[in-house]
Amino acid sequence: MEPLPIVWFVAVALLWTGYLLLEGFDLGVGMHMLVGARSESDRRVMLNAIGPVWDGNEVWLLTAGAATFAAFPLWYASLFSALYIPLVLVLLGLILRAVSIEYRGKIVSRVWTRFWDWSIGLGSAVAAFGIGAGLALTTTGLPIDANGDRVGGPFVWLTPVAVLGGLALVGFCLVHGATFLALKTDGPVRERMRRLVPRLAPVALLPIAGWAILVEVQGGNVFSWILLGLAVVAGVVGWIFARAGREGRAFTGFAVFGALGAGSIFAAVFPVVLPSTIDAAYDLTIWNAASGPYTLGVMTVVTGVALPVVLAYQAWTYWVFRKRIGPAHLPAAHDVTPAIRQAGAAR
Amino acid sequence: MDPLEIARWQFGITTVYHFMMVPLTLGLGAVVVVLHTMWVRTDDEKWLRMTKFWGKLYLVNFIMGVATGIVQEFQFGMAWSEYSRFVGDVFGAPLAMEGLLAFFVESTFLGLWIFGWRRLPKKLHLATLWLAVIGSWISAFFIIAANSWMQHPVGIEFVDGRPVMNDIWAVLGNNTAWAAYPHTLAGAVAVAGAFLLGISWYQLWRRRADGIDRVAENGHVIVGEAPEIPGRDAADHRVWLRSLRFGAVIAILGFGAVAVTGDIQAKLMYEQQPLKMAAAEAACYSGSDFSILSIGRLGSANCDDVTTIIRVPGLLSFLAKGDFTTVLPGINELVPQYQEQFGTHLPDDPKYGERAGSEIQYVPNLEVTYWGFRIMIGFGAIAALAAAVALWLTRKGTVPRSKGLMRLAVFGILAPFGANAAGWIFTEMGRQPFVVAPNPTGVDGVFMFTAAAVSPGVDGREIVFSLVALGLVYLVLMIVEVMLLARYVRAGVAGVMPERFASHDDEPTDPDAGGGAERDDVLAFAY
Repeated sequence: MEPLPIVWFVAVALLWTGYLLLEGFDLGVGMHMLVGARSESDRRVMLNAIGPVWDGNEVWLLTAGAATFAAFPLWYASLFSALYIPLVLVLLGLILRAVSIEYRGKIVSRVWTRFWDWSIGLGSAVAAFGIGAGLALTTTGLPIDANGDRVGGPFVWLTPVAVLGGLALVGFCLVHGATFLALKTDGPVRERMRRLVPRLAPVALLPIAGWAILVEVQGGNVFSWILLGLAVVAGVVGWIFARAGREGRAFTGFAVFGALGAGSIFAAVFPVVLPSTIDAAYDLTIWNAASGPYTLGVMTVVTGVALPVVLAYQAWTYWVFRKRIGPAHLPAAHDVTPAIRQAGAAR
Repeated sequence: MDPLEIARWQFGITTVYHFMMVPLTLGLGAVVVVLHTMWVRTDDEKWLRMTKFWGKLYLVNFIMGVATGIVQEFQFGMAWSEYSRFVGDVFGAPLAMEGLLAFFVESTFLGLWIFGWRRLPKKLHLATLWLAVIGSWISAFFIIAANSWMQHPVGIEFVDGRPVMNDIWAVLGNNTAWAAYPHTLAGAVAVAGAFLLGISWYQLWRRRADGIDRVAENGHVIVGEAPEIPGRDAADHRVWLRSLRFGAVIAILGFGAVAVTGDIQAKLMYEQQPLKMAAAEAACYSGSDFSILSIGRLGSANCDDVTTIIRVPGLLSFLAKGDFTTVLPGINELVPQYQEQFGTHLPDDPKYGERAGSEIQYVPNLEVTYWGFRIMIGFGAIAALAAAVALWLTRKGTVPRSKGLMRLAVFGILAPFGANAAGWIFTEMGRQPFVVAPNPTGVDGVFMFTAAAVSPGVDGREIVFSLVALGLVYLVLMIVEVMLLARYVRAGVAGVMPERFASHDDEPTDPDAGGGAERDDVLAFAY
C-alpha cells in the first residue's frame, strides 16, 4: 500500500478542516451582521472583528481546492463538475461578500451600507450552505459513472443529504461566529452574543451531528466513532463554558468540536473520496483518484515546509490583533471628503 | 446549446476580467512599496500622503482581483473536468504551490498592513507591505508557470494516456514561463505607470483650473495654497508632480522591458508554436514579409481571404531569428505538418461530442491573433510615447492648462490595460485548437484538443446560467469599482487622510507619529 495517497488524504482533510474552522467564524459573523446587529455601530464592530484576518482565512479555501486538484485530480474534476450549480452560487456568494467587506464603509449613506450588509449576510449564508452541501455529498455520494461524470440533470445533487450538509455548515458558522464575536468584541455585541450562544448552539449544531451520525452508520470504524465521541464531548464542554460566560474556553470547545467532527467524517469515509450512488465500482478512492507518487512527493515536501510557516504567521496575526474591539475603538465613519467639489461650491 | 463554445466564452470573459485587476495590483503594489519605504526612510510628509492615496486605490482594486480569482481556480474543475483529469498530475501542483507559498503570504500580510497603522512599529509595518507585494509577485509566477505548461508541456512522461510529472524543476524552469513572467510583470508596471500619470495629471490640472498654481513669465510654476480646500497646500503639489513623473518614468521603463521580453517570447514561440506566430503575422506562405496592415474576411481562419496591404521586407525574419534572410515557414506549409502529426480529423470518440470525426481547424482565428498582436504592441507603444511627452511637458513643474490634454491623460490610463488584455487574448486564442499545445521537442502524445477538455457531465444550460450570473455581477462590480476609484481620485489626498484635513489648524497632528489629539486606542484604519 502506497503511503503518499494516505498522507495526502490527511493533508487535504486538514486543509478543508482548517478552512471550515477559520473561515467558519468569518461566514458566521457575516450572517450575524444581518440578523444579530441592532445598530450601525454593532455592524461595524462585527466587521472589524474579522477585518484583519478574513482575507487570509479565505485563502484556506483556495489552497484546499488547489491541493485537491494537485493531489486527487479525478476527485476534483468529478466533484466540481457535478456540483456546477451550487458552486456557481458559492462563487457568487464569496465574490459579493469579499467586495462588500471592502466597499461597505467607503461611502456614508444608509442605502449604500444596507445594500452591502445584505450582500455580506446573504453571500456568507449562500457560501456556507453551498460548501456544506458539497462536502456532505462527498461523503454520501453522487450519481457518477465510470468516467466520474455526473449522470442526470443539473439538480441531481439536490437531495436531503445536501440540505442537511448545507444546514450543518450554516449552523456551525452561526455558533462559531457568535462565539468568536463574544470573544473578540466589547460592548453591546459581546453582551448579546454571550446570551445567544448557549441558546443557539444546541439547535444549530444538530444538523452537523445528524450528518456525522449518518456517515458513521454508513461506514464508520472504531477510530471515527471515537473521534465523534470526543467531538460531542468538546461540543458539550464548549456549551457549558458558553453558559458560564467563559468566552475563550467556549470558543476553543466549539473549535475542537468542529475539528474533531470533520475529522470523524473524513475518517469514516476513508479511503473513498467520492462514492458513486450508481455502482460502488465507480467510487473514487484515494487510490484511483490520486496523482502519481512523484507529484505527491513534491507536494509533500512543499507542504511540509510551507504549512508550519503559514500557521506561524497567521497565528502571529491573531496575536497582533488580539485586543477586543468595541464601539470606542472605531474611528468616526467618514465619507470620501469631496475636496474638489467643496472647492467648486466655495467659489 | 454547445457547452464547449459557451465554456470557452466564459473562460475568456472571466480571465480577461480578472486580468484587468491583476496588473494594477502587481504594478501599483510595487509602487506603494516604494512610496512607503521612502516615507520610512525620509520622514517626508509628501511620501506619506502618496502612500496613503495610492495605497487606498490599490486596496479598492485589490479586493476585486481576489474576488474574481477564486472563479478562475474553480472553473477548471467545473467546466473543464476532462482537462483537469488529463493535466491534474502536473497542472495542479503550481496552483497549490501558489496558495501555500504565495497567496497566504499576500493575503495575511496585506491584512496586517491595512490594520497595522499605529499598531505595529513603523519598520515592521513597512515589512508587512513588502511581504504582501512580494507574495503577489510570486503568486503571479506560479500562475504563469501553470499557464506556460499548457503552452509548452515539459517535465513529464506519458503514462496510461496521461502526462505524469517527473521533474518539477523543469515545470518551474520552463523557458516559456521565464519569458512570459517578466513580460507580464513589465506589463503590470506599465499599467501602474499610466495609472499614476493620468490621475496625477488630472490633479495638477485641477490645481491650475482652480487658480491655485500659476505659471510665471519664465515658464516656471508658482505653487499656491488654497486653505479653504482640504489638502490643497504646497505639499499637495509635490505629491502630484512627483507621482506624475514617477509614473511616466516607470511606464517608459515598463514598456522597454515589455518590448525586450516580448521579443524573446516571439522567438521562442516561433520554435514552440510556429502556427501561432505565423497566424499573428498573417504569414500565409513561407518567406512572408512582416505585415503592417493585412485585411481579410471577418472571423476567417483561411489564408485565401487575406490580403496584405503594407509590408516590411526582412523584418519578420529579424524578429523571429535575429537575421534578415531566414525563410520562415508560413501557414500553408505548417498546416500539412500539423495534419500529418496530429491527424486531419478529430477521433471518432464520444468525448468529442458532436465534433467527433470533424475536420480539425489548425489555424487559429486569424483576425483575433493578427489584430490582438498589433493592439498589444500598438497600445503599449502609444502609452510609452505619451509618457515621454508627459515628462517633457511637465519639466517646469506643472501640466499645461489644456482640458483636452488632461482628458487624454486620464483616458490614456486605459491603453496599457487594452494592451494587456489583447496580449492574453492573443496568446490563448493562438493556442487553439489545442488546450494543451504540443511541445515539438517534448514527449509524444502530450497534447489535448480543446474540444475534448470540456466537462462531459455538464449541461450547456448550466454554463449559460453561470456565464449570465457571473457576467451581470462582474458588470455591476466593475461600475462600482470605477465609481469608487473616481470618487477617491476627485477627493485627492484629503479623501484618504480626513483626520489631517478635518480642521484648519496650522499644525495638524500626525496620526502616524502616535501622538497628538488622536486617541491612541482608536484604530487608524477600520471598515
